[in-house]
Amino acid sequence: MKGKNIPLHMIACGKSAKVKELTTAGSLRRRMLDLGLVNGTIVEAIRKSPSGDPIAYEIRGAVIALRSEEASKIIVDVID
Amino acid sequence: MAFIVQATGIDAIKKMLKTKSNITDAFIVALAGNPNTGKSTVFNSLTGLNQHTGNWTGKTVTTAQGKYQFKDKSFTLVDLPGTYSLSSHSEEEEIARNFICFGSPHATIVVTDATCLERNLNLLLQILEITDKVVLCVNLMDEAKRKKIWIDLKKLSKILGIPVVGTSARSGEGLEELMHTVYKLCHNQITTNPIKIKYNEKIEELIQITEEKIAKFTNRKISSRWISLKNIEGDKTFLDSLDKYLGIDSAKILPNEEVDLNLRDQLVSSRVILAENISSQVVSCKKEKEYDFDRKVDNILTSKILGIPAMIALLGIIFWITIVGANIPSTVIAKMLFGLEERLTALSVAYRLPNWLHGTLILGIYRTLAWVVSVMLPPMAIFFPLFTFLEDLGYLPRVAFNLDNFFKKACTHGKQALTMCMGFGCNAVGVIGCRIIESPRERLIATITNFFVPCNGRFPTLITISTIFIAGADVGPLRTVIATITITGIIILGVIMTLVASKILSKTLLKGLPSSFTLELPPYRNPQIGRIIIRSIFDRTIFVLGRATAVAAPAGLFIWLMANTNVRDLSLLDYCAAFLQPFAYLLGMDGYILMAFILGIPANEIVMPIIIMSYMASGTIIELESLAALRILLISNGWTWLTAINVMLFCLMHFPCATTLLTIKKETKSWKWTLVSFLVPTIAGIIITFTVTQISRLSKLIV
Repeated sequence: MKGKNIPLHMIACGKSAKVKELTTAGSLRRRMLDLGLVNGTIVEAIRKSPSGDPIAYEIRGAVIALRSEEASKIIVDVID
Repeated sequence: MAFIVQATGIDAIKKMLKTKSNITDAFIVALAGNPNTGKSTVFNSLTGLNQHTGNWTGKTVTTAQGKYQFKDKSFTLVDLPGTYSLSSHSEEEEIARNFICFGSPHATIVVTDATCLERNLNLLLQILEITDKVVLCVNLMDEAKRKKIWIDLKKLSKILGIPVVGTSARSGEGLEELMHTVYKLCHNQITTNPIKIKYNEKIEELIQITEEKIAKFTNRKISSRWISLKNIEGDKTFLDSLDKYLGIDSAKILPNEEVDLNLRDQLVSSRVILAENISSQVVSCKKEKEYDFDRKVDNILTSKILGIPAMIALLGIIFWITIVGANIPSTVIAKMLFGLEERLTALSVAYRLPNWLHGTLILGIYRTLAWVVSVMLPPMAIFFPLFTFLEDLGYLPRVAFNLDNFFKKACTHGKQALTMCMGFGCNAVGVIGCRIIESPRERLIATITNFFVPCNGRFPTLITISTIFIAGADVGPLRTVIATITITGIIILGVIMTLVASKILSKTLLKGLPSSFTLELPPYRNPQIGRIIIRSIFDRTIFVLGRATAVAAPAGLFIWLMANTNVRDLSLLDYCAAFLQPFAYLLGMDGYILMAFILGIPANEIVMPIIIMSYMASGTIIELESLAALRILLISNGWTWLTAINVMLFCLMHFPCATTLLTIKKETKSWKWTLVSFLVPTIAGIIITFTVTQISRLSKLIV
C-alpha cells in the first residue's frame, strides 16, 4: 500500500515508512517512544508471522514484533 | 554527610535485596542494561555465579547478586532486570530504577549491545541523568565484528564523558579492563563528566523552577534535575518511591500541574534523537549487510508456510535424538545397577541381615533409586543440552512470534508463549516467569495454565512410556519414530490445552481483552557448545536428578513398607489401590497408577518409579535386568496401549507438584487461585482420559 497517513500495520513487507504520529496515550505511548518510535523514525516491515499477525518491524536496528492492534496506532508515510 | 548518604544507600539496598549479609565492606556495583545484551553473561563471567542466561526478554525478574575480587578490594555486583527504559511501565523497570536511584551503588555498569548501540543508548542517557558514576560496557564486540559494525569507543567515551570499555563477555575479552575501570571509578581515580541532554526551552525552564524548590530537600542524595524531569513526566511510582526511600514528600513541595502530554513526548524524543546523533558519530557499518544472515534464517523459521511445521519438526528432532540416544545408556546403567542389587542381596544374605532390613534398604530404597537413575539420567543428559542449545540460539522468541496470534485469540498476553517455554524447564520457574506479564488478569491465566506443558520431571515418564510401550511392539527404526511422534503429539496437545484453558478462563473467571505488548526478536547468537553442556548438565540434569533421588528414597521406603505391611492377606498398598481402582478404571488406568500420581505430588519424577515399585512389590516377582523387562512387567499388570496413552495424558494434565503449587501461592498471594491452578489441569486430565477411555471401550477398540 502506498500513501501518506496510513496505519503501520497496513504497509507491505519489505516497505519502509516514516513515523508521523502515535494515536495512543498512556503506557503504550511511552513504550512506543522508548522503542524509538518518535516522529521521523524510519520503520521497515520485515515479515508477518505464520498466521499474519503480529508483524516484525525493524526499528532503529532492533527487530520488534507488534500486534496489529498496536501497529494500527502508529501513523506513517510510506517511503518509495 | 557522606556517611549518612552511604548508610541510607545500604539500607535501601538491603531492603531491596532482602539480604542480611554484611555488604558494607564491599563496593556495590549495579549492572544495568537492555535485555539480550549479554548482561547476565557479564555477570556470570565476573562473579562465577552460575545464573542461567536465556536469550529472551525479561529472564531476570528479580535481582541476582554475586561477589568478585579485584586487586585488594571485593565488589558486590547486583544484576538488575534488563530494561529498555527507566520510565517504569513495569515491575522490572521500577526495580532497576529504584536500585540505581536509592541504592546509591558506588558504580553502575551499563551493558549495551554493540550491534544495536543506538537503541541501547536510550537507557544509558536516562541513567546518566541519575548518576555520574557510570561505566559503559559495549558488549558483543565479537558479534559486531562478524556483522561488520565498527564502533569508535574512544570517541564515544569523549562524547559521553564517561569511561567506555569494549567487551566480548562470552570469550572473556575486555572483562579485565572493565573490572579495572570499575575499580578506578570506585576509588575516584576517574572523574566523569557525563553529557547533559539539552531539552527545549520550555522544559529547561520548568526543570529550573522545580530544581530550585526541591534542591534543599535532597541533601544531594539524589539528582534534583532527575526529580524535576520525573515530575514533568508525572511519574507517580517514582515520586512515591522518593517518599518511601528518602522521605521526600514531593506532593507538598513541587508544583502539582497537569501533566502536559506534549512535553512528555518531547522529553523522550530529545533522548532518542540524541542517541541517534551520538550513534551516527561513532558507529560505522557496511550498509545493509548486517541482518542478512538472521533474515535468511528467519525466512524459513518464521515463514508463513514453514514456520509452524519447522517448529514441530525441531521439537520432533530433539525428542528423536533423545529417544534414540538414551536407549543404550539406559540399558547399560540398568544392567549395572541391578547387577549391583543382586550382589547387595547376596551380601545381606551372607551377613544374615534380617529380612525387613534387606527389604527396606535394598528392595525399597535402592531399587527405586536405581530406577530413577537408569530411566531418567540418559534422556535428561541428552534432552537438556539440546533444549538449552535452542534457547541460547535465540529461537524461543521466534516460537512466541509464531504462536502469538493463537494467544491473542485466547485473549491472553503474547509473553505467555515465553512463560510456557520456561515451563518446559520447570513449571515453578515458568510460574515465577509470569511476572514479566504486567496485566494481573493475563498473568493469572499464564500462571494457572503453565502446568499444561510438561516439565523436566515429567519428560522422563513420557519418554519412557512412549519408548518402551507405545513403540515397543515394533522393532527397528520405526519404533523410535513412533515414540517421537507420540511425544511430539503430547507436547502439541499440551500447547493446545494451554490455549483452550486460557480461552475458557478469559471468557469465564478472568474476563477481559488482551493488553498491548511488544516482542523483540533478538539476533541469533552463536551458542557456546561447551558452556551449554556444562550448564545443562550441572544446572538442570544434576539438579533434577538430585531432587528426584531425594524424594525417591523416602518414597521407595514408604511404598515398600505399604506393600509389605499386610492386614488379612492384603497389603496396605493393595487396599489403597483397591479403593482408587473403580475411579481409575473409568479413566483407563488402575488404582496403583492413580496412587503413584498422588504420591508423586512432592515431585513428579517419582511417578514411574512408584508404579514400578508397586507392581514389583505386590507379588509379581521378576528380575528387571533390562528395559524390555519393564514392558513385560507392565503388560503382566494389565497394561494395554490404552493404559499407556492415558498415563501419558494424565501425566500431561494433573495436579501440579508441591513446588509449583507453593510457588503459585507465593506469586498470587491467594489460596483461591492456587486451588484454581490445582483444579484446572486436574479436571482437564480427568475429562480427557475419561473420554478417550470410554470412546475406545465403546467402539470396541479395546476390551
